[in-house]
Amino acid sequence: MVKVMRYGLGVFLLLLFTTAAAEIAIPPLSQRVTDLTGTLSARQMNAMEQTLAAFEARKGSQIAVLMIATTQPEAIEQFGIRVADAWKIGRKSIDDGVIFIIAKNDRKMRLEVGYGLEGVIPDAIAKRIISETITPYFKQNDYAGGINAGISQLTKLIDGEPLPAPQTHANSHFNENTFIVFLIVGVVSGFILSAIFGQVMGGLLAGLGSGLAAVLLVGLSFSIGVFIAMMVFFFVGFSGRGGRGLGGFGGGFGGGSGGSWGGGDGGFGGGGASGSW
Amino acid sequence: MFIKKLIIKKLFLLFILFSLTGCGYNSLQSGDEDITAKWAEVLNQYQRRADLIPNLVNVVKGYAAHEKDVLLGVTEARAKVGAIQASPELVNDEQAFKKFIAAQGQMTSAISRLLLVAEKYPDLKADGVFRDLQAQLEGTENRITVARNRYIEAVKAYNTTVRSFPSNLTAMVFGLKTKPSFTVENEQAIAQPPKVDFGAPTAPAANQ
Repeated sequence: MVKVMRYGLGVFLLLLFTTAAAEIAIPPLSQRVTDLTGTLSARQMNAMEQTLAAFEARKGSQIAVLMIATTQPEAIEQFGIRVADAWKIGRKSIDDGVIFIIAKNDRKMRLEVGYGLEGVIPDAIAKRIISETITPYFKQNDYAGGINAGISQLTKLIDGEPLPAPQTHANSHFNENTFIVFLIVGVVSGFILSAIFGQVMGGLLAGLGSGLAAVLLVGLSFSIGVFIAMMVFFFVGFSGRGGRGLGGFGGGFGGGSGGSWGGGDGGFGGGGASGSW
Repeated sequence: MFIKKLIIKKLFLLFILFSLTGCGYNSLQSGDEDITAKWAEVLNQYQRRADLIPNLVNVVKGYAAHEKDVLLGVTEARAKVGAIQASPELVNDEQAFKKFIAAQGQMTSAISRLLLVAEKYPDLKADGVFRDLQAQLEGTENRITVARNRYIEAVKAYNTTVRSFPSNLTAMVFGLKTKPSFTVENEQAIAQPPKVDFGAPTAPAANQ
């Protein structure tokens, strides 16, 4: 049995190492236009950001732009799908996201098209946008012009596709992570509170607090708030022992910092096209 | 005293419950399902590529009908691929799996030879239909790569569960075996078609 375990461990370690090859780290997603090369001016980025935000508000689809120096040692396609998997641009199960990646020093670009938009932006069209619309601008070092032209082409195309209307409902913010974060924070603070007020009272307070916070701060729906509140209450109020300080909870929860923007869990399958200029 | 006993009992029940889910049966099942889904996507993309071939052959024929060898190569490769039953059950049959992958690999190199030959014909390269088809083909190749990588990841996770303790006992009881993945040799043969491309052009160019 020890052998088997050792083998399993070996396989596991191998997997760990093979995935940890020397690749460029995916930049964190906080806004629609990310420029790590310092090519675009703040004003240009702002303008793009506004255009894309307005488009998302109108149509629901998300478009993100990423400009980096190089994707080496990876090809832009490999880098692109990693970015797509990490960012998850586009709405969940509508998968209507597009990521425009520019590797400036490689002189390569790629349009990564989400599953849901592969019909309206097939590879051939993506290729044409790259080679016919964007490349002429990039050849003259007009990066902002090229990106803007690309964006307007993309938005025009997506506008022609009947997609579900954008959700203004707060539910779109919901994801499992925030839910679990609230649950954990609620339970932990419940244990602390129950040391002061006693178990049932502490559970009640923590449950109410976390439920309210979930609804008011993050905008989870009311029923989810109630659910969180009840879960926390039962966890704390009826757990075996209260008042135990739970040490070692140092994990950083990636709480939504103000004005941050993120992907809506859209899926990608490697559709799109690449080109160079 | 009584309450304490009750708590211990509860904790014990909880422990049993967790160790039941910890025996890995559920993760084996969901892993299996995941592999099936990922494999279906691989097949789907290979099929998509096969569907593009007739159009591609037709367009190239219009400009370079005398490149019979290459055109025939692609058509034959496609026929070979079509002859193999591309069913989801392939994942459970290592031999058939290997055969299927080898056939697809041949198709990949046949296509890249065709595209290479196309380079010699400026009119063909400028043809809008050909360019669209080429873009679609490139995109599909990329989708295949992505689908294959996702399949490999799924198989990795599943096989690790099958082999590691204590879930290997569960797997043994239910007769679940490791699934085949794309092997290293195949990886090299298929993941690096460009190397073959760069070496080849001198020979056909000399014939011209």
